[in-house]
Amino acid sequence: MRRRVIPDIAGQAGAILVTLAGLLILTFVIGRIMPTDPVRAIVGEDATREVYENVYRQLGLDRPVWQQFFFYVRDVLTFDFGTSIRTGQPVLQDIARVLPATVELATFAIVIGAGLGIPLGVAAAVNKDRWPDHVIRIASLMGHSMPIFWTGMIALLIFYAGLGWVGGSGRMSQFYIGLVPERTNFLLIDSALAGQWDVFRSAVNHIILPASLLGYSSSAYITRMTRSFMLDQLNQEYVTTARVKGLSRNKTIWRHAFGNIKVQLVTIVALAYGSLLEGAVLIETVFAWPGFGQYLTSNLLIGDMNAVMTCVLVVGLIFIGLNLISDILYRVFDPRTR
Amino acid sequence: MVTLPLGTARRRSLPHGLVSLGRIAAFLFRAPPSAFGLVVLALLILMAAFAPLLATHDPYVQDLQSTLQPPSGAHFFGTDELGRDIYSRIVHGSRITLTIIFVVSIVVGPIGLFIGTVAGYYGGRVDTVLMRLTDIFLSFPSLILSLAFVAALGPSLNNAIIAISLTAWPPIARLARAETMTFRSADYIAAARLQGASSARIIWKSIVPMCLPSVLIRLTLNMATVILTAAGLGFLGLGAQPPLPEWGAMIATGRRYMIDSWWLVTFPGVAILLVSLAFNLLGDGLRDALDPKQINKR
Repeated sequence: MRRRVIPDIAGQAGAILVTLAGLLILTFVIGRIMPTDPVRAIVGEDATREVYENVYRQLGLDRPVWQQFFFYVRDVLTFDFGTSIRTGQPVLQDIARVLPATVELATFAIVIGAGLGIPLGVAAAVNKDRWPDHVIRIASLMGHSMPIFWTGMIALLIFYAGLGWVGGSGRMSQFYIGLVPERTNFLLIDSALAGQWDVFRSAVNHIILPASLLGYSSSAYITRMTRSFMLDQLNQEYVTTARVKGLSRNKTIWRHAFGNIKVQLVTIVALAYGSLLEGAVLIETVFAWPGFGQYLTSNLLIGDMNAVMTCVLVVGLIFIGLNLISDILYRVFDPRTR
Repeated sequence: MVTLPLGTARRRSLPHGLVSLGRIAAFLFRAPPSAFGLVVLALLILMAAFAPLLATHDPYVQDLQSTLQPPSGAHFFGTDELGRDIYSRIVHGSRITLTIIFVVSIVVGPIGLFIGTVAGYYGGRVDTVLMRLTDIFLSFPSLILSLAFVAALGPSLNNAIIAISLTAWPPIARLARAETMTFRSADYIAAARLQGASSARIIWKSIVPMCLPSVLIRLTLNMATVILTAAGLGFLGLGAQPPLPEWGAMIATGRRYMIDSWWLVTFPGVAILLVSLAFNLLGDGLRDALDPKQINKR
C-alpha cells in the first residue's frame, strides 16, 4: 500500500497545477471581457490622446493576447497584482489588511456551525423517523433556505434595534476604533494581547450575531452530512454487537459509531468553512463588517477589476487549499489509507 | 422480411415514464414537507400566471402622497419609499423569479448534459480535459464566481442569469458523466454501435434520454441555490435593476428605511425564503422518492 503513496501525491500535485492554470485563464478571461475601459479607469475622462496611448502601451494592451496572458502569469507568479484604483494601494496589501476580519468571522461561525450541526446530526440519526429527526430536518432546511442578507437585517432589527442584546454593525463600537494597536489584525487577539478587555467585550458583542447567522446556515449542511454518515454506521453489525455485549447506548453511539465518522466530518467541516466565505460577502455588506467580502463588493460596484480579479483568485486558492488540507487530513487520520 | 414493430417501443416507454412520474408525485404528496413544497411552487406559478389579476395596484406607479404606509386594507403589505404597493410588487416579482428559474434550467441542463455525456462516452483524454474544466468551475463558491462574471459583463438581470448559468452547470455535468459511465458498456449501446450508429447519434438517441430524469431532479435540487444567488446579486445591486420588482433588489432599497418601516424588507424576504424552502423540501422529498429503499416504505 505504502508504495502507492508517492505516485498518488505526484498525481494530485499535477491535478492541482492544472486547476491553478485553469484558474488563471478564467480570471484572465473575465478581466478581458469587461466592458469598462481599463485605461480610462486610470487616466480619467479628460486625459489627452498621448497620455492615453502611453498608459495603453504600459498596460501591454497593444500586444497580442497570448503575450498579455504571459505577462499576467508572470505578474501573478511574482506576486505583483497591481494597485487598486479605489484605495491606491497594492491590491495584495489591501487584501492582507481585510482578510483577518473575515477569517475571524468565519472561524467564529464554523465553531458555532460545527458545535450545533454535529450533535444535531447525531441526534437526528439516532432518532431516525421520529419527531426529533423531523424537527431537526426542518430546522436545518430553514437554515439552508434563508437569504442570509435578509435574515441578517431581521436579526439586527430584533436583537440590536429591538432588544439591544448585541452590538450593531462594524467590528466594534465606533468609540473604540483606533484604540487597539494593530498587530495581527484579528481584533479579538489584538485586544486580548493589549489587555484592553473593554474592546474585547465590544468585539465579541459585535461578532456574535453575524457569526451565529453564518454558523446556522453552515450547520444545515453539517447536520445533514453528519446524519447520513451516522446512519451508515448505526446500520452496521458492529453496533449491534456492541449493544449485545452490554455496552450502553451512549457509549456505543459516541465511542464506536461517532469515532468512525470523525474523519469524514473533518472533510465536511473544511468544505463548510470555505463556503462561509460566500456567505460572508453578503453578511459583511449587511453588518458593515470591514472584511474581504465588503472589499470585494465595493470594488465590484466601481469596476476596479485589478482588485476584483485578485479577490477571485484568492478565493479560488483558498478553496483549492482547503480541499488539499482535507485530503491530507483524510490520509493522516484514516487508518485504511495508511 | 420481418417488419420490426418500431413504434411499440416508443409508445410503451412514454406511458411508463408518466406512470413513474405519477407514482413520484403521489409519494411526494404523502409526506407533509414535500407536499408543502409542491403547493408553494404551484402557488408561485399561479401567481406569476395571473399577476395582473392578483395585483391590486400597478407595481411601477408611484404615489408620493402615500409613501411608507404600514400594511392596511388598501395596501396589504404596505407601501415603499415611492408609494408603490409592496404586495403588487411581490406578485409581479414572482414572474422575474420564475423567469430566472426557467432560463437557468434550459441553459444549464443542455450544457451540463452535453459536457457530461461527451466526457463519459468518450472517456480518456476528452474526459480528463472536460472534467478538469468542470473542477475549475467547481473550485469557486457559486456566488463569488457569478459576482466576477457580472462585474465583467455589467450589472443587469440578463447578465445575472448568464452568470448564474455559467456557474451552475458543473454539478449537472458531473452527474451526467457518472450516469453515462454506467450505460457506456451496456449491450444496447454496443448493439447500436454494431448497426453503424455514429457516436453523436448514440449519445443523442441512447444516452441522453437515460440521463434526463436524474438531471431534471438535480436541477430541482439546485434551484434553491439559484434563487438565493439571484436574490443575493439583486441585493448587491448587480442583478435586476430598479424599478424592476425583483425581491432581492426590493430588500436592498428597503434597507435604508428598515428601522422605521419593517414591512419594506420583511415581505420580499419571506417570499424568497418560502420559494427556496419549497425547492429544498421538494428536493429532499425527491431524493427519498428515488431511493429504492424508501419508496415502498410509506
